[in-house]
Amino acid sequence: MKIPRTPWLLVVAAGFWAAVQLLRLVGFNDYYLFIANLSLVYVILAVSLNLINGIIGQFSLGHMGFAAVGAYVSGSITTLIFKLSPNVAAHYPGFVLALVAGGVAAALVGVAIGFPTLRLKGDYLAIVTLGFGEIIRTVFNNIDAVGGPRGLLGIPKFSTFTVILAFALITVAVIRNIAESAHGRNMIAIRENELAADLVGIDTTGYKVKAFALGAFFAGIGGGLYAHLLQIAHPTQFGFIYSVQVLIMVYAGGVGSLTGSVLAAFALTILTQLLKSGLSSLKSLTGLPIGGDWYMVLYALLLILIMLYRTEGLMGTREAKLMVIPEEDDK
Amino acid sequence: MKRTLSIVALALLVALALVSCAPKGPAEIVIGGVGPVSGEAATFGKSTQEGCELAVEEWNAKGGLLGQKIKLVYEDDKGDAAEGAAVWTKLIQQDKVVAIVGTVMSKVSLAGAPISEQYGVPMISPTSTNPSVTFSDGKLRDFVFRACFIDPFQGTVGAKFAYDDLGARKAAAIFDVGNDYTKGLSEFFRDTFVSLGGEVVAFEAHPTGATDFKAQLTKIVQAGPDVVYISDYYNDVALIAKQLRELGFTGPLVGGDGWDSPDLVKLGGEAVENGFFTNHYSKDDTRPEVQDFVRKYTAKYGAAPDALATLAYDAMNIMLDAIGRAGSTEGVKIRDALKATDFAAVSGRTTFDAQHNPVKAAAIIEIKGGQQVYRTTVAP
Repeated sequence: MKIPRTPWLLVVAAGFWAAVQLLRLVGFNDYYLFIANLSLVYVILAVSLNLINGIIGQFSLGHMGFAAVGAYVSGSITTLIFKLSPNVAAHYPGFVLALVAGGVAAALVGVAIGFPTLRLKGDYLAIVTLGFGEIIRTVFNNIDAVGGPRGLLGIPKFSTFTVILAFALITVAVIRNIAESAHGRNMIAIRENELAADLVGIDTTGYKVKAFALGAFFAGIGGGLYAHLLQIAHPTQFGFIYSVQVLIMVYAGGVGSLTGSVLAAFALTILTQLLKSGLSSLKSLTGLPIGGDWYMVLYALLLILIMLYRTEGLMGTREAKLMVIPEEDDK
Repeated sequence: MKRTLSIVALALLVALALVSCAPKGPAEIVIGGVGPVSGEAATFGKSTQEGCELAVEEWNAKGGLLGQKIKLVYEDDKGDAAEGAAVWTKLIQQDKVVAIVGTVMSKVSLAGAPISEQYGVPMISPTSTNPSVTFSDGKLRDFVFRACFIDPFQGTVGAKFAYDDLGARKAAAIFDVGNDYTKGLSEFFRDTFVSLGGEVVAFEAHPTGATDFKAQLTKIVQAGPDVVYISDYYNDVALIAKQLRELGFTGPLVGGDGWDSPDLVKLGGEAVENGFFTNHYSKDDTRPEVQDFVRKYTAKYGAAPDALATLAYDAMNIMLDAIGRAGSTEGVKIRDALKATDFAAVSGRTTFDAQHNPVKAAAIIEIKGGQQVYRTTVAP
């Protein structure tokens, strides 16, 4: 357990980067690249949510609210204040700073929300976070300076594959290292039995707020990348249903397993596309009455099957080998 | 059991993946269509799809375009900006479409527009009213057009109609403060009405989701207007009209295309009589394009076309007409042909202005005896 394992993660990311660059030469077109980019953004969102829902076990339903803060703050900085352009190489550091500013703003909101609410548990916390997520969204909906209900438009397309991959790598590395540190152990203790954790002297509220803030920070980064990928930040893009989508990734991948979140973010993003185009081609080939719009049925069916036959998600609480968190025994 | 299931699921996925890589047919012109077929705006996406399909079918029946058959690839954007961007990239990169007709929701069109610009693939959005779709940040999006009139236009036409046809000299307006659409309409109504020489005696905002408008309406009635402009959607319009009539106002009401629902009369009853609204077209208009389209659409889909189907049909026809005139499927040539469009569409003879918005007349519909009756056509 003493081996520093971040380099291993670096190797995987570098390998993925190189593979995509090679595939670009042989027909890996912009559509595939976009799906890869979107998947990586979801990796950031899912892994950061997993810190809150999985590792410290607090059920949050408002993750996209934090992403909205990141998206709007970083989008305002790059679009409204500095008018940065992705065609100027010197503007990229500015973009990175804007992203970090978005993350910090989201973290501050996370702390502000965390203190009063984290005393709540389970269902109650879920409802409160759901409410806060919607409040954040509605606030942006009513600020005319950032476009109000029309959304913040004309955001420069800074989110390239390399940038998103780099941030996804940082997110996974930081959260995994925290999960495996003494802090992470304390968080897991809180998840497993909060009363017992409190009794052995773990500052449960403090850890919850910290986890909330950190999860919100990376959600803010993810939101910023999302806005700079789609070139628009729109209040309805951060609604409850999008938070649920990220939540599904966390649960399908396995609550508490970062590897699971990474895999599920990729699998579910790709699956949606595959089902849609596969079903429409099937329809045009065979004339079946089931078209591309039926993808949601199959998608939901797959999720139900996963939950029925692998309640713990694809990975359970396990991590990919070489980055093992010691497994907990099944209860 | 578990293992069999996973194997079956995996096999199905692989099969789907293979199917989606199936070889393409013979030489044909591929046009992309986009609309929210699933999600909260699903009926909009369906109507849009039907409009697109009908137009393509007609062109193919007439022998296609540039000597080739036209193939429509219609994609679902779920009403989601991320999915919109994915669909746009897919249509352009995978399906190699030469042009795109889509989509309904402005935020999704806004995600698609920069992609159309990037690859030089022309697009027409049938129903996205946000001005930034075609003209953003003081810059024209060269390859992006739209087939519907934008919000300012309806307010302008509504004011002209109230001033010229109804002979009103004093007007009042009420709108939803949290909704850009109603706010925009009312502001343009006010500005045009004043510039025509009229007077706006009351300009009242109500909060989103309100059901009691008495405070605002009392002020309006006391100001003594000849006409009240209500830019809300039909459900709010019905409530406002009822309360306005209760307060004793008997004059005409004017509004925008948010009124266009059969439910307006059901909810509003007597109160919405003597009401007029601007719309994209009226199915009672006697122009042959309109009658022809309404007949064909009704025969094929068993229901009268709504505004979304009509505008999608128009957008597709304008696009195919432009490709025909361009004599090429090259993006730049289609774009130039689009700029020179002068097409007799169902929703009126259409040309494009410098910001790629359509220049066409609006139909005025009157609520009379519980029916929507075509009143007149007003040019801006």
